[in-house]
Amino acid sequence: MKRTTLITLKTLTWIACLSVAGRLVWGMVTNDLGPDPSAAIAFATGKATIWLLAISLAITPLRRLSPRLNWLIKFRRLFGLFAFFYATLHMLTYVALYSGFSVAAMESDIAKRRFITMGVAAYLLLVPLALTSTTWAIRKLGGKNWNRLHKLVYAAAICGVIHYWWQVKTGVITPLTITLVLAVLLLARPVTAWLQRRKARAAVTA
Amino acid sequence: MLIGKPPDIPSSEITSREDYFRYLSRRRFLKGAAATGATALAASRFIAPRAVQASTKLQTVPSPLTTTGEQLTTLDDITHYNNFYEFGVDKGDPAKNAGGLPTRPWTVKVEGKVAKPLTFDIEDLLKLRPLEDRVYRHRCVEAWSMVIPWVGYSLSEFIKQCNPLPSAKYVQFLSYYNSKIEKWGYQDPGISWPYSEGLRMDEAMNPLTLLTFGLYGETLPNQDGAPVRMVLPWKYGYKSAKSIVTVRFVEKQPPTTWNDQAPNEYGFYSNVNPNVDHPRWSQKTERRIGLPFYAQRRTTLMFNGYTDQVASLYNGMDLRRNF
Repeated sequence: MKRTTLITLKTLTWIACLSVAGRLVWGMVTNDLGPDPSAAIAFATGKATIWLLAISLAITPLRRLSPRLNWLIKFRRLFGLFAFFYATLHMLTYVALYSGFSVAAMESDIAKRRFITMGVAAYLLLVPLALTSTTWAIRKLGGKNWNRLHKLVYAAAICGVIHYWWQVKTGVITPLTITLVLAVLLLARPVTAWLQRRKARAAVTA
Repeated sequence: MLIGKPPDIPSSEITSREDYFRYLSRRRFLKGAAATGATALAASRFIAPRAVQASTKLQTVPSPLTTTGEQLTTLDDITHYNNFYEFGVDKGDPAKNAGGLPTRPWTVKVEGKVAKPLTFDIEDLLKLRPLEDRVYRHRCVEAWSMVIPWVGYSLSEFIKQCNPLPSAKYVQFLSYYNSKIEKWGYQDPGISWPYSEGLRMDEAMNPLTLLTFGLYGETLPNQDGAPVRMVLPWKYGYKSAKSIVTVRFVEKQPPTTWNDQAPNEYGFYSNVNPNVDHPRWSQKTERRIGLPFYAQRRTTLMFNGYTDQVASLYNGMDLRRNF
């Protein structure tokens, strides 16, 4: 891929990823976030987190489809870090707009409310991944260890989806789409691994 | 300041009665013009246009039971942020889907422990007593709140016309249900329709208990429970049954929809109580709808701030157990 194409694509990715935050900031300034702005901010940041996480998880299966898609790897860290960025905003929304910075309220929420417990767990799982996202950290940890650590992203995604289902009220099925997408992306891994093994075996016997 | 005492409202933000009637007459003029066009269009396309009740102005009188000092939630938010599961589970669904609710002709049946079963026509109910303007705080169990200028009269005035027998200890309200019109109700297989709610007789006779026909000085929009609904400002919103077709006087505590659905989450009484949390979220604070994000959060008041009027109803009761 040409350097200019890469720079253009990265710029577009940044713009796309920041557009959600941009719309929220604009809505805050103009007070145009609908009847329940706190809920609108919580929903938009949460949704951005889980979808960006799904996009970052889609990169490996897509690359396996064709070697010509290998360049996608250059975007994985960007999507992962933007997922963490929105997860942090989502957390801050809870801390500021829902608990009102009350430590007592947060403690009782985390202890008693399973959707909050699950959300906090998902966030804590993302923290070490964000901290070890630099090239320096990858080198320091060694590729193998780094890969093993970053398997935590699967746990974070699953916790995130459970958090979503536990948050919505009975009868609401909005988390269904992202659940199916993530299920496909997680299942794609063992399936492509199995296909590759079979191809290798076929090559040996031939 | 996100938690703690409610922010002081500058008096300039409190909509006065005069202001909102001035606003109403302006809005009605615009809507009238639009409605004329829409009716002409409808008539040209259908031989028998469906009876859709456009909101009409109601003749009202002031009430000493109105809540003062609160900034009113806008009509737009009151009509586009609703829970009315028969018309869908999203807050915006009822505004989109409730157009087909046939609010005329409409009758309310009175049955059960009464001297004689009766049927009231909605037009007679509207004329039974002078309609009062009553601003009430509205607190949803989902931890959001509004301030709504309702129109109606105390339910006790209606109950006096029903001649309940001494054996009537509770009153049950049943909402309109027609699966052809309210097809969204089936999205939740756990709920058995029609929607049912109930009160103890002394709660029903409390002057705050409002038989409600309108808001902002006009008849109720469909999504807010047209043409007649209950409003119980000291209880969570779902206690206030919408679009009532049957009032039944009974001896025993009647089944109520949300209590049947999840008895550990929604009690029969469902009084607003910051000390009893919902299992899935805290009830200590609430978000006021329509305010900017930094000003939404406020402390929830016991009985939603109506302690003086209703606390005596629950003397000697353990409100943690009878939540």
